[in-house]
Amino acid sequence: MQSTAHDFKHNVDDALADPNLQDSLSKLKVGFSERRRQAAERLPEFEALRDAARDIKNHALANLDFYLEEFERKVAGLGGHVHWAPTAADARRIIADLCRSVGAKTVAKSKSMVSEEIALNDHLEALGIAPIETDLGEYIIQLRHEPPSHIIAPAVHLTKDQVADTFLEHHRALGFTKRLTERNDLVAEARHVLREKFLKADVGLTGANFLVAETGSSMLVTNEGNADLSNTLPRMHIVLASIEKVIPTLEDAAVLLRVLARSATGQESSSYTTLNTGPKRPDDLDGPSQYHVVILDNGRSSVLGTKMQDMLRCIRCGACMNHCPVYGAIGGHAYGWVYPGPIGAVLTPQLIGVEEAGNLPNASTFCGRCESVCPVRIPLPNLMRHWREREFERHLTPRAVRQGLALWSFAAHRPKLYRRLSGLANRLLALFGRAHGHYRTLPLAGGWTRFRDLPAPPAGGTFHAQWARHGGARTRP
Amino acid sequence: MSPTARSQILDGIRRSLHRGELSGAARQAAEARLGAPPRGPAVARGQLPPAERTVLFRQWAEFNNATVVRAAPSEVAAEVAAYLARNNLPAEAAMAPSPQLDAYDWAGQPMLSLRRGAARGSDHVSITGAFAGIAETGTLVMASGPDHPVSLNLLPDTHIVVLREADIVGGYEEVWAKLRQRYGKDRMPRTVNTITGPSRTGDIEQAIELGAHGPRRLHIVIVGE
Repeated sequence: MQSTAHDFKHNVDDALADPNLQDSLSKLKVGFSERRRQAAERLPEFEALRDAARDIKNHALANLDFYLEEFERKVAGLGGHVHWAPTAADARRIIADLCRSVGAKTVAKSKSMVSEEIALNDHLEALGIAPIETDLGEYIIQLRHEPPSHIIAPAVHLTKDQVADTFLEHHRALGFTKRLTERNDLVAEARHVLREKFLKADVGLTGANFLVAETGSSMLVTNEGNADLSNTLPRMHIVLASIEKVIPTLEDAAVLLRVLARSATGQESSSYTTLNTGPKRPDDLDGPSQYHVVILDNGRSSVLGTKMQDMLRCIRCGACMNHCPVYGAIGGHAYGWVYPGPIGAVLTPQLIGVEEAGNLPNASTFCGRCESVCPVRIPLPNLMRHWREREFERHLTPRAVRQGLALWSFAAHRPKLYRRLSGLANRLLALFGRAHGHYRTLPLAGGWTRFRDLPAPPAGGTFHAQWARHGGARTRP
Repeated sequence: MSPTARSQILDGIRRSLHRGELSGAARQAAEARLGAPPRGPAVARGQLPPAERTVLFRQWAEFNNATVVRAAPSEVAAEVAAYLARNNLPAEAAMAPSPQLDAYDWAGQPMLSLRRGAARGSDHVSITGAFAGIAETGTLVMASGPDHPVSLNLLPDTHIVVLREADIVGGYEEVWAKLRQRYGKDRMPRTVNTITGPSRTGDIEQAIELGAHGPRRLHIVIVGE
């Protein structure tokens, strides 16, 4: 999809001023994070499993070429096909060619963030092939021509009323003329509409949570069952997955599954976890006659062996965004591309460039909640700090910030000057009304005081002055 | 498949990892891992003796919105018919063409109309067996094959599963062992579906609604000897 990450600040202003979005986000703060906490508490081994999950992904990344080749060998042995796509354009071309090879008119899709990353839907539509998103959240935003705002809950930014309006607008032509008010009625209507489309689709396209090298299986975790219909009803099943999805064995999958659903939605297990291995067998009564796996790199291999490699452990559970105070205030669209929240702030500069997305890693208070809940223990604040350094090195930081930092650095290297300046600032601030304990407005601080009061510095001068007055001395070890 | 695209990715990975093709001890370790997969940390609740396993399976299946009953083999068909009647569901079902299911006393339920085969879009009820049950999370495991079409797990509104108590295992690892035993190491059926409760979605305001695309109702009949 087209990135608006460079316009992050405007996106944020829009998000903060959107009442529907703020209403939806208020539900996020209690929903996912509370359910995750309860699920983690119900499993005493949860922390040990997180360590094991981290180790499995590290091992897979260190031997990635070996496991990918092994996976390919197993898939081919069962009559399936593996296609290698170094870039997004390669993946789009491979998938379009596969669809055209069976004369496909419609493609039933289950939610795939990688397909968003390569902007697959636009490409297929331009070729006259209709992609039909079948995950309820993806279906809603496809009707609204919006990108997903969350990696596991794509329509989490919308209220029930907005969904009702969207369905009325788009389903009217199909004979659904009543505006619905209940969630279960909305779900039932979508089920009915999509069921017809499933039965007619020529190709089913899914992502994969894991590719299992041992057996050549793609593993998919869902709650709705749409992915399973996508990989069973149409005559061709295409799996689109990025290189870092490969893991060694089914035993490794068991460990990762135990942390994935609990971290994502707080479920003990998602409703459906499916292993697909090759096309239908000769005596099977259903299933696709063709099975293809498209393996996408799109810049990931260049992250291996660098300080940033840890980001490739991500299993896309969404816990980091569910627990992020910044995501909780602005939602996913403000991040401007496919992956929002802390993991988006780390992945996006890598995948589309620090020039385009350099603002995202700045949108963090470094509170550390993301790292504390990450099932594979990705040090997200550290990785964001890395991008901030790259941004600064490449002179992409705004001039005001650079000049401010240079001034501060100049003073901080000169303690006497620093103390004199901070003492002066302290007295100046006192003049502006320390009596109230806070400032409602303050010159040069409009960006802060427009939204909240600025606390006044305490009476008694600067920290240095008070330290000296109280007889503080330098302590030596 | 373009060999250049393939080598572009694999060589890129090797370049980044500062090595050539995986070799020596590292390769042996990776091969050994595939040959004899090591298990992760044991989960205590997946290690119970058989009788407690069934109790735990039932507890988690119900926690995940499935309904569970126990029946003797001679009672299975009657329980299925009674379940449909209790829930005002049609006495018609698509049933997996499996010898396990054929052995139950369907002839004793003349009101129940059964069709054996894959599911159709118009089916309301399906009846299948299960390859295994996982006590740790109340999960059913379905292995596809001529005796178990995948569509039966997904298309109908109501899915009734007859699970043999002896097939309930502790955790996923025992399912993998059972799959290897049945299909051979490195071999898998086309599809293994693990199913934990009915289909659901939280995509509208994070409130859980059942029956998104798959079954709204999942009824499990545990058959003891």
